[in-house]
Amino acid sequence: MNILGLYNYWIVVLLMMIGFYIVIAHENLIKKLIGLGIFQTSVFFFYISIGKIAGGTAPILDEKWHLYSNPLPHVLILTAIVVGIATTALGLSLVVRIQEAYGSIEESDIQAQDSLDQLECSLEAYGIRQFENLYDQDLNE
Amino acid sequence: MISHFPILQVIIPLLAAPLCLFLRIPRLVGLFAILASLAAFLVSCMLLSQVIATGPIEYWLGGWEPPWGIEYRIDLLNGYLLLLVSLMSTIVLIAAQTSIEKELPENRHVFFYVAYLLCLTGLLGILATADTFNLFVFLEISALSSYTLIALGTDRRALTASYQYLIMGTIGATFIIIGVGMMYMMTGTLNMYDLAERLPAVSNSRTVLCAFGFFIVGVCLKLALFPLHLWLPNAYAWAPSVATAFLAATSTKVAVYVLIRYVFTVFGVSFVGVSLPLGRIFLVLGLAGIFAASVAAIYQLNIKRLFAYSSVAQIGYMILGLAIGTKLGLTATLLHLFNHALMKAAIFLAIGAVVYRIGSSQLYHFAGLGRRMPLTMAAIVAGGLSLIGVPLTVGFVSKWYLVAALLERGWWPVAFLVLISSLLAVIYVWRIIEWIYFTPPRIIMDNIEEAPLTQLIPIWLLVLANIYFGIDTDLTLGVSNLAAQSLFGL
Repeated sequence: MNILGLYNYWIVVLLMMIGFYIVIAHENLIKKLIGLGIFQTSVFFFYISIGKIAGGTAPILDEKWHLYSNPLPHVLILTAIVVGIATTALGLSLVVRIQEAYGSIEESDIQAQDSLDQLECSLEAYGIRQFENLYDQDLNE
Repeated sequence: MISHFPILQVIIPLLAAPLCLFLRIPRLVGLFAILASLAAFLVSCMLLSQVIATGPIEYWLGGWEPPWGIEYRIDLLNGYLLLLVSLMSTIVLIAAQTSIEKELPENRHVFFYVAYLLCLTGLLGILATADTFNLFVFLEISALSSYTLIALGTDRRALTASYQYLIMGTIGATFIIIGVGMMYMMTGTLNMYDLAERLPAVSNSRTVLCAFGFFIVGVCLKLALFPLHLWLPNAYAWAPSVATAFLAATSTKVAVYVLIRYVFTVFGVSFVGVSLPLGRIFLVLGLAGIFAASVAAIYQLNIKRLFAYSSVAQIGYMILGLAIGTKLGLTATLLHLFNHALMKAAIFLAIGAVVYRIGSSQLYHFAGLGRRMPLTMAAIVAGGLSLIGVPLTVGFVSKWYLVAALLERGWWPVAFLVLISSLLAVIYVWRIIEWIYFTPPRIIMDNIEEAPLTQLIPIWLLVLANIYFGIDTDLTLGVSNLAAQSLFGL
């Protein structure tokens, strides 16, 4: 059990950090989702590493083999992969709608537009602009 | 039949969700959703009464014996929360039908109900299960459907709020699953009660500490503990009003449940108390959350955002109760879980009724509404008083027990801070009252009238419950006391 012998865990940690960094550092909403994907994938590797037993094979009962890898983590990860796909799909569809609504998928652009909206709200709150029925407008668009 | 109740209450909304797609007609789907939610509520009532009578109920999925199979176990703690979640969901659904008619375009009504029922499934599943991985799956079911619910909001900011929540929520869920993996690595089991037996043997290994850290941080992201709360205000502000009412009343509460379950049942008080300064961390973060969020609430122009910040502050009180680490503290937390759900559901539904009439949730559009919608406004004020903790409301009961628990521990400076923080709540509630009753209207009020009955009835049911449980605390206090007792193993 030396440090190199645990290389799969090093890869897991590295991937995890890369993914997490991308989520935090990038402004582009799609790149963020890619980072999230990498982050989740590292966890899949982690689980599969846990289940592996050196020299073990697939757990199919047979006279020839006596040492089996633990199949449970694999099954868990199949579920987690499905969850990951659902999350990515939902995230991407949100990005599509954000692009339609804001005309941009860069976080700074979106924030700039949002703070403009906020400013208009404050102006209205202090009685500088008149109320329009926001409601009907939104639904008709 | 009765023996299958623990799973039945998760299965009912799960099956009802896809059936909604076949029914197609929005009104019919709405009724059907209410029926499904009501059925889950009735089942949870029977479960809780059975638990009180005969003790915890174990249920093995497919007859497989735990720890190999998945086990559902209902005890006082989750029986109590199952009741709360299914009750809130049913009440909110009654108001939903008219509210979404105005807030969502017609072609999305059915999808709203589908997402809502799936979210309910996820929350009930989290509560009922005793299997760690099963919990993760339900957590994701409820999270994914709540992202959808939030994105249904009409304002485009709903989309970015939902995206932000998706990123934060997924990071939280992934942290949880890393923690689960490490626990599995050390013990070879996923069943919570089996874990509780096996963890003490390996509890001084670094892996278990790491597992605990990942898990707790993940859950704290989900429950919006103070520095990790950034997703919450936007999500609550821009989601459709009824979705906000539902999420505010249930989803953070369920995350607090997960925290309590893992701290007390799985890792055990001795591990958490001795090897980690969790109590102190929670104390600092809880207090910081209460003050930061209450101050932020004072400055909000959007009333939904205002109450969203107040939710973050209320979560601070719950965490503070946990930080005390005594039975009385835990009782206060459990009481506040229930009571806060009652107040926030009432407030957000009342705001929903206003949005139904005037189409805006900006505070300054509420000016002069006190004359036009007296009953709805009275409900908001009653909810606000309960948030402050005025006697005869539920808020008073939970604050009373929180302060009592703090004093019992001898933490009187913290108790003092809790009282000061109530004054901050007075400020933001007063601000609303001032706009509602003492400011001349900003918008043309001629054709604005009281909210429709389908909304007033659920709102006032909740307000009356707020007052009733503030006076007669037998049920809430009794159950939280017993649940706290059993968690401490007394």
